[in-house]
Amino acid sequence: MRLARSIAVQADDETVPILAVERLSIALPKGADRAFAVEDASLELRRGEILCVVGESGSGKSALSGAIMGAPASGLKVVGGSVRLKGQELTKLSERAWCRIRGNRIAMIFQEPMASLNPAVPVGLQIMEVFELHAKLSVAERRERALALIRSMQLPDPERIAASFPHQLSGGQCQRVIIAMALAMNPEVLIADEPTTALDVTTQAQVLKLIRELRTLHGHTILFITHDFGVVAEIADRIAVMRHGRIIEMGEARQVLTQPQHPYTRELLAAVPSLVPPTDQGEVMAPAAKPVLAVTGLAKSYGRVHAVNEISFDLERGTTLSIVGESGCGKSSLARILVRLTAPTAGRVDVNGKCFLTLTGGELRSSCRAVQMIFQDPFGSLNPLRTAGAVIARAAVLAGADVRTARERAGELFDRVGLPREGLQRRPAAFSGGQKQRIGIARALAMNPDVLIADESLSALDASSQAQILALLRKLQNELGLAILLITHDLRVAAQISHRIAVMQAGRIVEIGPAGRVINSPEHPYTRELLESAPGRGLV
Amino acid sequence: MSTKHVWLKALARPTPAIGALLVGGWLVIALLSHALAPYDPFHSMVPLMTPGAHGPDGSVFWLGTDSLGRDVLSRLIYGARTVVVVATVATLTAYAVGISTGLLAGYFRGRVDIALSFFANVILSFPVLVLYIVIIVALGASAANVVLAVTFGSAPAIFRIVRAITIELRSRDFIAAAITQGESTWRILLVEILPNSSGPLIVDFCLRLGYSAITMGVLGFLGLGLPPPTPDWGGMVNEGRTLAFAFPHLVLFPCLAISSLVLGLSLLADGLRRPASRLGKAG
Repeated sequence: MRLARSIAVQADDETVPILAVERLSIALPKGADRAFAVEDASLELRRGEILCVVGESGSGKSALSGAIMGAPASGLKVVGGSVRLKGQELTKLSERAWCRIRGNRIAMIFQEPMASLNPAVPVGLQIMEVFELHAKLSVAERRERALALIRSMQLPDPERIAASFPHQLSGGQCQRVIIAMALAMNPEVLIADEPTTALDVTTQAQVLKLIRELRTLHGHTILFITHDFGVVAEIADRIAVMRHGRIIEMGEARQVLTQPQHPYTRELLAAVPSLVPPTDQGEVMAPAAKPVLAVTGLAKSYGRVHAVNEISFDLERGTTLSIVGESGCGKSSLARILVRLTAPTAGRVDVNGKCFLTLTGGELRSSCRAVQMIFQDPFGSLNPLRTAGAVIARAAVLAGADVRTARERAGELFDRVGLPREGLQRRPAAFSGGQKQRIGIARALAMNPDVLIADESLSALDASSQAQILALLRKLQNELGLAILLITHDLRVAAQISHRIAVMQAGRIVEIGPAGRVINSPEHPYTRELLESAPGRGLV
Repeated sequence: MSTKHVWLKALARPTPAIGALLVGGWLVIALLSHALAPYDPFHSMVPLMTPGAHGPDGSVFWLGTDSLGRDVLSRLIYGARTVVVVATVATLTAYAVGISTGLLAGYFRGRVDIALSFFANVILSFPVLVLYIVIIVALGASAANVVLAVTFGSAPAIFRIVRAITIELRSRDFIAAAITQGESTWRILLVEILPNSSGPLIVDFCLRLGYSAITMGVLGFLGLGLPPPTPDWGGMVNEGRTLAFAFPHLVLFPCLAISSLVLGLSLLADGLRRPASRLGKAG
């Protein structure tokens, strides 16, 4: 079969694109904020290339990939244009005909590796199932093929991996299994929808490398969908930029990255945080002043697991310390201890010179007020039923204001974080992700804090809103002299705002120092690995 | 989109509209029973008569009279008041108990949760009917004890729903935010968590109101309901049971009344399911 296909490949005219999307329009349901999810989009996918479709959330990039797979999300409808796979029209195919194409000639990799695998079936069997659906092979042959695929994904010990259930594998291993399943039938087109977004930076770098190598080795044709220009710079041959459902710019990767034509592309590229710390940031000022937050020998264990281990650092007024680490390194446990959501097993935390783990009564309240948190998930961090104004005013009341002043204060804070006052009466659903984070910041500020802890507060946002929130935090720091503790997995974000950076691995701080020093001459091997894994290093 | 608009739109579809009509109809009858009932429901006027028969003084008994010569229609109408009042009070009491224990167990977990969940499971593992009989036989037949029996039977299920929702909401960041800002636990439970669990609870309330009406019917039929001569649908079925073959109207009309009320509540619950599930998500 593979032979037959390779003959067909030779017979093909090399200039005919494998996949041609022409003037495709996909309608959104009535009452949506615009009429089309995808409007008049045309693109061609040539043999053996990686075409990146880049866009922020809501740009229609996932609707586009759904339509190419013949599985538009509910409520979406293809209303015009065509999608042709080697000249065969796909938009009018019956569901039956689609079943012969999906997984066989066009395959897809999704964002959440864990969610795309059946948790109750060993992954080896799940790969074998693909052969069962699309090829006539004996059980032994299927098994042989599955193992070979796992091996080609550069996974160690294929036999063990094949026998494992998804929860026994790491996120990166799961994503490799998904890629193996997608490539099982040697599809003509592989669609990868944000395949590395849910992964850690170092794992992301490995998976991107794998995808690139597989392409070079087997000549796969890949449509790669992402929001991250860093990833694009790593992997793209050509780039299509989408906005509001339209493709606004398309071209060779180098050209789009270095000489973007459309202003929006320039805006997106500018929003990618650079690894080079801004020069005006300055080094840490003389530590003359007493630190607002002093952490000494802090530890938290769950049974034998040491989530936080012997952490110590100081944070001075008006400065930013970033704690950088990958998932599971204990950085969020640390944040939760600092806002007293979890009790530590050992160590002390001094806020304004007082150990707040031993305080009680009024002193405890005022020291709790002094440390406020901005949360990660903009959707989960606001009560969906309460208006933004009510949430902020309530925080002000808790900080000691009476009801009328609290209401005025909510208005002032709205101005301060750059939201229009009309929004005070609205509920969270009426705001975008970036705006919700602004509300979260206003809520924290209502307590008049000295220290602001931002726990991955930027990671759920698009690059452009990320840049805006970073700018807002910097502005607030200058105006209010806030000390900011930024917890992030993204060194690029840390480089943009921090005076100092601490790198955390397995519960410990392995390196801490001025931002410029840590980025430019990292001492610890793990810091170097993180730096090398940051996508799009060539892109500045 | 305003919230009211969503609810009204949900009720505009045929199935929930029928439900709302049935429930609304019985509500009006319950409220205005003194004005709507043609006769005194306690007064024996004539011997047992079939529907549509005329009394000696020319008065018409549209649904006939019962073995004591009381007007069936009037008793049905007053029975609506009984069932609406008692079932609503009973369900509300069950909700008060279920919500407060569910919130506490789901929020604090640990020992509180273990104790409350154990208690709920013990009640749930007990045959409900036996439980009712034990309560009524031990405490006597009265409206208050019917309320108590229904509370015992329903509260554990409500407890479970509220507990599960609370556990889920407890892990959300907006609860963490409230805690870090020094919000009191009472306010977190009542302002942050409870309103966000109202979607599923509203649907469940409609269904459970129906169950309570059925329970009242069952208790009445077993002679464990409200003491006679209170007009009570289940009791009417019970009284007419021995004569049901000769005079089916004695059993048929109260049964129809119970079914139509319960059916109405179920249809209504079904129609509210969609807007209720959106409550707190899209607003």
